[in-house]
Amino acid sequence: MEFGTFLWTTLGAMLTLAIFSFLYKDNPFYKFAEHLVVGVSAGYWAVILWHNGLVPNLFERLQDGDWYLLWLNSSRPWYLIPALLGVLMWTRFSKKYAWISRWPIAMYIGIATGVAIPLEMANRVNKQLYATMSNIHWSNFFGSGFLDTAAGYSEVIVFIGTIAGLIYFFFSKAHTGTFGVIAKVGIYILMIGFGASFGLTVMARISLFIQRIQFMHEDWALVAFDKTNPNYSGWFPAFFWLVALIVIGYIIKEFIIYLKNKDKPKPEKA
Amino acid sequence: MTNKQDTNIFNRMMSIDRRWVFLLLIVVCVTAYFLPFSVPILVEPEVAVIHEFIDTLPPGSIVFLAIDYDPASLAELHPMTYALLEQCFRRNLRVMCTALHPNGPSMAEAAFLAVADSCRLDKTYNGEFFPAREVVNGVDYCFLGYKPYPALVILGMGTNFRLPFPSDYYGTPLDSIPLMKGVQNYDQTACVVNISGTSGTEYWISYGQGRFNFPLALGVTGVMGAEYYPYLNSGQVFGYMAGMLGAAQYEKLADNPGKAIIAMKVQLYAHFLIIFFIIIGNIGFFMDKFKKNREGR
Repeated sequence: MEFGTFLWTTLGAMLTLAIFSFLYKDNPFYKFAEHLVVGVSAGYWAVILWHNGLVPNLFERLQDGDWYLLWLNSSRPWYLIPALLGVLMWTRFSKKYAWISRWPIAMYIGIATGVAIPLEMANRVNKQLYATMSNIHWSNFFGSGFLDTAAGYSEVIVFIGTIAGLIYFFFSKAHTGTFGVIAKVGIYILMIGFGASFGLTVMARISLFIQRIQFMHEDWALVAFDKTNPNYSGWFPAFFWLVALIVIGYIIKEFIIYLKNKDKPKPEKA
Repeated sequence: MTNKQDTNIFNRMMSIDRRWVFLLLIVVCVTAYFLPFSVPILVEPEVAVIHEFIDTLPPGSIVFLAIDYDPASLAELHPMTYALLEQCFRRNLRVMCTALHPNGPSMAEAAFLAVADSCRLDKTYNGEFFPAREVVNGVDYCFLGYKPYPALVILGMGTNFRLPFPSDYYGTPLDSIPLMKGVQNYDQTACVVNISGTSGTEYWISYGQGRFNFPLALGVTGVMGAEYYPYLNSGQVFGYMAGMLGAAQYEKLADNPGKAIIAMKVQLYAHFLIIFFIIIGNIGFFMDKFKKNREGR
């Protein structure tokens, strides 16, 4: 690992700790890391969109024209129309001319809706309906192994769950009697669905933390402080301790403030 | 002012300071990470079907990999990408790749470089020996990069990859890339595998599979996990990997243990702790309710 790589990896490790420090309480290290993420992301996105959107889709297609003729002499001058529509979006910054921005927005929404409606209906509504309404394969149900959800059981569960879930959201009739019982089943089905989502979300959040542990251990601690590395330098630990001293200094400052305020009465909460 | 009855043991069980929960979770996760043990990984059919599909493709087939995630999702999705890419290259399959998330290209590039490095070594997977090989950009894989508006890009690629991507990520015109010779659109690819941490998956389902009818497999984050299972049951998706568990299952199938399998032992104990806290909170809730009922409050 070279010093440059060490610097970036160490920065990554420090920023990780800075972000996790929020779990205790808000602090300047967290604020710095948070602002850095937002700033870097915005800058990165702007550059990416410029180089992958505007440059190939507009500038390169008009490049055989001349700027002083507003590229009207280009072989593909019609690309000026979307460019003009894009510019019109900026009129939102003027109170007087903001209404002009409705034109490009209307065109954008019109095209997006036209493209989306048939495909979304066909693939996210109709096909799902067909799948729910398809025949239950009773042969699978009886022929498969016990609780083989990949076979018949899941079809029955999907059928009952869908009907019960829909009935729960049917508010034109009071949820009483048999109707109420089915609606109750619907609630349980929904809760099972939310529970599955919650469980998977917990797994996802823990995964993020595990990945950070793996990064701190494998990519940072094991590599950055490996003295057998030919590029190892005394600057590596020196830099680390410098950053660590700043953090320790902050913790001591916070502790002193805590000790000073310990015996003072806390303000009553409203 | 807090009254004495409200600070009984059951109330305290329900109002443990969140910082103790975080601290315990950190201790448990770090300890489990460093302890030398492993947990069994049970493979589900929806993951196995992807592995089998790719394993049985004839050499030279093209697998289209859509890498639509950013660093925030790499914990769960990088292991899937690594295992899948290595399997493809070891099987002499060719890979086409897009990254329709602005932060996706760096994820895809990192994966290609790491797997290309790994392929330079002799390896044995599932008892089968794979000699070292050089993975060459343009021959073994073609990385198309990023373009905004994923729905339109996916639709455009269905007509011709050259419409949205006249050149690849590195600026090489597609017509001069050996892999792209005779490759026009999805018809020349064996399947599309979308590894995603964004709503881009919906575009691949509606505008990709729904419009062009190619075999589509998904690898998604845990948060998205429950949302896309219905597409598996409806047959719109032929295989499905959800979260770290899906990644670990794929690593196990590929006999290529990586970060996901290691992470599962940490997941196990983290989940034990969370379940413990849920139980504590629920005991507190119900006992407090019972006590109040008994006292007639």
